[in-house]
Amino acid sequence: MLAALIRQLDDFALAEDALQDAVESALVHWGRNGLPEAPAGWLLRTAQRKAIDRLRRNRRFADRAQDLTLILAAEETPMEDAVDALELPDDRLRLIFTCCHPALAPKTRIALTLRTLGGLSTAEIARAFLDEDAAMAQRLVRARQKISAARIPYEVPGPADWPARLQSVLDVVYLIFNEGYAASSGATALRQGLCDEALQLATLLRDLQPAEPEIEGLLALLTLTRARMPARDPARFVPLSEQDRTHWDRAQIDDGSALVETALRRGRPGPYQLQAAISALHCAGNSHDDTDWTQIALLYDALVAFDANPVIALNRAVALSYAKGAEVGLQALLPLAGVLGNYRGYHAAEADLRRRLEQTAAARDAYERAINAPGNDVDTRFLRQRLAALPGARP
Amino acid sequence: MNYLALIYTTPEDSPAIGSPEWETLIGEYQAMEERFRADGITFSGNELQPASTATTITVRDGKVSTMDGPFAVTKEELGGYYLFDVPDLDTALRYAAMIPSAATGRVEVRPVVEFED
Repeated sequence: MLAALIRQLDDFALAEDALQDAVESALVHWGRNGLPEAPAGWLLRTAQRKAIDRLRRNRRFADRAQDLTLILAAEETPMEDAVDALELPDDRLRLIFTCCHPALAPKTRIALTLRTLGGLSTAEIARAFLDEDAAMAQRLVRARQKISAARIPYEVPGPADWPARLQSVLDVVYLIFNEGYAASSGATALRQGLCDEALQLATLLRDLQPAEPEIEGLLALLTLTRARMPARDPARFVPLSEQDRTHWDRAQIDDGSALVETALRRGRPGPYQLQAAISALHCAGNSHDDTDWTQIALLYDALVAFDANPVIALNRAVALSYAKGAEVGLQALLPLAGVLGNYRGYHAAEADLRRRLEQTAAARDAYERAINAPGNDVDTRFLRQRLAALPGARP
Repeated sequence: MNYLALIYTTPEDSPAIGSPEWETLIGEYQAMEERFRADGITFSGNELQPASTATTITVRDGKVSTMDGPFAVTKEELGGYYLFDVPDLDTALRYAAMIPSAATGRVEVRPVVEFED
């Protein structure tokens, strides 16, 4: 409904305020007179009137209020049909592209998408980011003001802008999922919710824009990652090599694997498709040793060519260590020390490779660096256990 | 809707006036303005003299004080601007990205407040 209002009013902030007004008056009216016959239609119609009221109160926009009154009168339709007729699939697609516009800060895009399309409350979003409620509310207010004041268009971008703008949307959905999955901090139930929100958004995107291989790739990646979540333990970190694979969701794995094949057959590979293909190979293996590490390492080579992100290079080094031995992996890893010096995952990977190479002193040093790097408590406990299990370690 | 594109460049990295690189840059600006005209957008723009020629004034209690130099001394300074009249931010950003100095410096795009009368 918000999407339809934004299109009609051509003003993001105004549409949100008007809908809020309508909900408030619904609480009063419905409490007194009972539910109307078509509650959605009632809300929409009321929000339209509230928008006109708001415009009239603001003298600068009095002319627009006049215009809108005429437009809305011309569009007069029975209330039951009003919502269905207005809620075009394109409206939600426009809304996603607006919320994920690159003129907004990355964190703002995520927050706005969760608030507007995911239906999370400002307080829930603030908790997910460990922000104060007021700070998050302020961030959302500024974002709406910028969308209105700078006239960020409420449109699905044209072909010239499509690849970059789609990338921004996909990255937002991926980051929402990752915020839930990686659990850098915060309560578990909420994090699970974020993963499910992201999956729903990816599904929505695929439905609104079918046959776009990177959307399919992202949806496949999230589905495959979600399928492996039941084998994780919120209280302790379980590495892939030690996960009980019978806890993986086979139906989701089949769905995700089929989807990534569909995407790759379109002949336009991209980073999300490659990551999904890697994930599908992990899921196809019956055990850690049985996994096709050579193929995974090759996919990482292709992925690094698309995306110079050092964390991907780190994962490539780990895959190489299983495909060609720990020494080869270590040689690929060490050059990343400069850029990833503050990243816990780097030190943990170095520690594990040195442990496998029986370089005990160097492994101990790397575990200690990993423990001291920022991260969550669950991972810290796992690293301490690994450190304690090194041969000759002090109790 | 009007958008002001503010062009920030580092003077020490900019080509010297009259050098072949400068000639190339001027050519690129001319080609860009040709393109703006061909697309039929309303625009205006100017290059500014260096920030060392700037004077900043403040008026407090009716008293004018004058200061030599720009409002803020930074490595990158305001070197010129374009004013576009285009329908939305995406269009403004598309034209701002054609400004040759965006490839070496930065271009800040700001919507202009519009008063209806």
